[in-house]
Amino acid sequence: MSYIPHAKCDQQKMLEEIGISSGNIDELFSGIPEELRALSFDLPQGRSEFEVEKYIKGLAKKNATDLVHFLGGGFYDHYIPAAVDAIVSRPEFYTAYTPYQPEASQGTLQATYEYQSCICRLTGMEASNASLYDGGTALYEAAMMALRATGRNKIIMDGGVNPIYRKMMYSYTTNLSIEFVETPVSHGQSDRDRIYEYLDDKTAAVILQNPNFFGAIDDHVDIADKCHSYGALLVESVYPISLGILKTPREMGADITTGEGQSLGIPLSFGGPYLGFMAVKKDLVRKMPGRIVGATVDMNGKRSYVLTLQTREQHIRREKANSNICSNEALCALRALVYMTMIGKEGIKKVAQLCLDKAEYAKQKLSEIKGVEVKRSSPTFNEFIVRLPKDPNMVIGKLIDKGITPGFPLGRYYADMEDYMLIAVTEKRTKQEIVVFAGALEEALWG
Amino acid sequence: MGLIFAKSRPGRTGVTLPLKDVPVECKLDKRYLRGKDAELPSVSEPEVVRHFTNLSKMNFSVDSNFYPLGSCTMKYNPKITEKIAAMEEFVSLHPLAPQLIRGGMLTQGALEITSNLEKVLCKITGMDEFTTHPMAGAHGELTGVMIIAAYHRNNGNRKKHILIPDSGHGTNPASAAIAGYDVITIKSDKNGVMDLGEFKEKLNEDTAAVMLTCPNTLGIFNPDIKKISDLAHKAGALMYYDGANLNAILGKARPGDLGFDIVHLNLHKTFATPHGGGGPGSGPVGVKKDLEPFLPISRIVKRSDGTFTLDYDKSLSIGYMSPFYGNFAVMLKAYAYILLLGREGLIEVSENAVLNANYLKVKLEGHYDIPYSEVCFHEFVLSASKQLKKGVKAIDIAKALIDEGIHPPTVYFPLIVREAMMIEPTETESKETLDKFIDVMIELALKAEEDPGVFKSFPRNAPVCRPDEVKAVKDMDIADV
Repeated sequence: MSYIPHAKCDQQKMLEEIGISSGNIDELFSGIPEELRALSFDLPQGRSEFEVEKYIKGLAKKNATDLVHFLGGGFYDHYIPAAVDAIVSRPEFYTAYTPYQPEASQGTLQATYEYQSCICRLTGMEASNASLYDGGTALYEAAMMALRATGRNKIIMDGGVNPIYRKMMYSYTTNLSIEFVETPVSHGQSDRDRIYEYLDDKTAAVILQNPNFFGAIDDHVDIADKCHSYGALLVESVYPISLGILKTPREMGADITTGEGQSLGIPLSFGGPYLGFMAVKKDLVRKMPGRIVGATVDMNGKRSYVLTLQTREQHIRREKANSNICSNEALCALRALVYMTMIGKEGIKKVAQLCLDKAEYAKQKLSEIKGVEVKRSSPTFNEFIVRLPKDPNMVIGKLIDKGITPGFPLGRYYADMEDYMLIAVTEKRTKQEIVVFAGALEEALWG
Repeated sequence: MGLIFAKSRPGRTGVTLPLKDVPVECKLDKRYLRGKDAELPSVSEPEVVRHFTNLSKMNFSVDSNFYPLGSCTMKYNPKITEKIAAMEEFVSLHPLAPQLIRGGMLTQGALEITSNLEKVLCKITGMDEFTTHPMAGAHGELTGVMIIAAYHRNNGNRKKHILIPDSGHGTNPASAAIAGYDVITIKSDKNGVMDLGEFKEKLNEDTAAVMLTCPNTLGIFNPDIKKISDLAHKAGALMYYDGANLNAILGKARPGDLGFDIVHLNLHKTFATPHGGGGPGSGPVGVKKDLEPFLPISRIVKRSDGTFTLDYDKSLSIGYMSPFYGNFAVMLKAYAYILLLGREGLIEVSENAVLNANYLKVKLEGHYDIPYSEVCFHEFVLSASKQLKKGVKAIDIAKALIDEGIHPPTVYFPLIVREAMMIEPTETESKETLDKFIDVMIELALKAEEDPGVFKSFPRNAPVCRPDEVKAVKDMDIADV
């Protein structure tokens, strides 16, 4: 396949015009000294569209489909309205670049402004950026921002923060001398005593997650107050769907909130692309990384949108920039925006409540199984942990054979939780699927 | 156009949710609940679709306009790759599945594709190993610099600084700095490449790496590149290749053969995945063998029985750069693109990208200043300095192009050229499109001579004209809440 429009005669004519009379196009590369030419370029021959599609379909079939997911861990199987796919499939959106030229990009710019607005309305915060790569990099950027904003060097991170994000945080900061303290969770929620033990006037930020990795819901108002009394910032990583009903980061007193936006109309797609969102209090806007769209007026007084506060960014500030981010996840942010407008004010509450009720029902059904202990020490949203009387890995293997991914084995990330499994229930799970899941789990344990 | 919020009316919704089928009404303690509802708009599906369809019409895009935005490689994005990435077997795949016991078997197709992509990228670049984890070009740069740091640290001395030419992309120094290195900028010489004398002067035992793009942002291939990498290696530094400009040299030269130790690629540039209005991208990183132990966790491994699994046990690894395996859907599109074009097709990509750039350059010479005039690669830089004498700036010419239905080139970059206009036509444009661009540019050069004042009112046919950026910064109206 080729996507080059030139016919041979066009090419020859152009070569002549630029003074290559031999007609040998390779002469254009005479700037590369002979001894620096490619030693090899050992690739297969090109194929037709039909053949490539068929070949990749064959590989695709090696993936399991039609699985009933009770697997979450920060990444969820929510319903995506068809209109979301239809809108992001418009080439005017997906084949455009970063909106550097506002006159040629008002569509992307206004959509981004609306996205920022929806993120603010959902989280209660005052300012949002245009997107970051994912929830993990967003949390890292929040930590860096807190260090910049406070001029301090210590970060306290709750053990209930997604373990993948904690690993990312440590990886990213290996070369910087930041003092990290990690505090364990107690009874499912943040351990106040341990956090306060380490909180001092050297602390830049306390990083929490709500609901945390175990699905537990908390109210962090007290921790926020304590943070602020020491001049530290509170960073909250949140699950956007839960904010249909749960207390917002703003109401808790957070200064920066971040999260993974995958649940807002973005498919699981084996890990990406996803959407990192970040929203802050207004006084922190200039410390924020990433692109930001602002409203203004044009020469004729007409409302317009532009990329703004660009002096924070790498293309202007180079090594002094707030972050190195350039390409972000704009099209995923558009997905999230269309999702949020489709689901709307009433819908987001309903989705959140359905998740909550169905998870509660699953808890009831699973607790009826002999030996299965559903942890109820703190309230949860749509994810919860169970203690199994047998190896969770054995159980998971057996249920996968029945087309169910039953959950995530917590022993993988928490050494003292070998017997535990993390189970997620979204609005897509039916009563019937939950009943079948409970039956299959019972059989796997005792059948 | 009004905001979506203006279309909101109580009682409207775009989604009908299934009725609750479980006999549970879960009420949480009030202290866990939000005080008032999230004020998302209440709009019906037809209104949502019309709103966003109309918004989309205010965009220039590759599918609707010539988009010669320098260093961004705005080539055509084949439709079949979109269809492939939308296959249900990929879209519904949970990223934690392969971490479950026997779960790897659920995702064999995805793992095989990722592994195949790694291998083919090695062949294209002349590197030994690849990771697909980085989610954009700048993210790849950061990954690369982290690998540089891990490598030197493992040898007992992390070293202090990274050398970067002044023509480099802004992300280069930014990535080096956030990974904890000082940045030393090397100026360009009169030929537009890194000044060899200054480079030798600044290179010492504290140099961790040299970060370059080749051909550079002026479209010039540095003939001394091998000499530079030999000197760097002798001093104990590593060579980093910014692959943003790889579209220029496919099959002609490979970073691995030029002495580079680390390379990142922008799949959303060279390998035709769409830019999405700013993302998502994908920035895989390739390394030479010695650096493999430092690549991010996890690594794909092929077992003796032919199946694929993930290896998380890498003691020297820089750790987790991404939550999973990279922007998989983007990787999938790039993989399909490489299979479609194959060896000959990819070589033709670079040949025609370079042909098109040179054709534009030759035709525009004489009408605009061209600060570096030898044969260019995939892009070249014009200067509007001649027009500036009449008061017409690069930005004015950019705005005039919008009225002609052409997306402007990258303006005011690279920073080393006054009134720069960086033009990258790509290989997917026809001669007629290029000829029209040439005609328009020549006409604008004439107009700049005859009627320079008129430029200030351009564009006239766009939805807006010259939004007030100073007011945007001052007002900071960045959300409707």
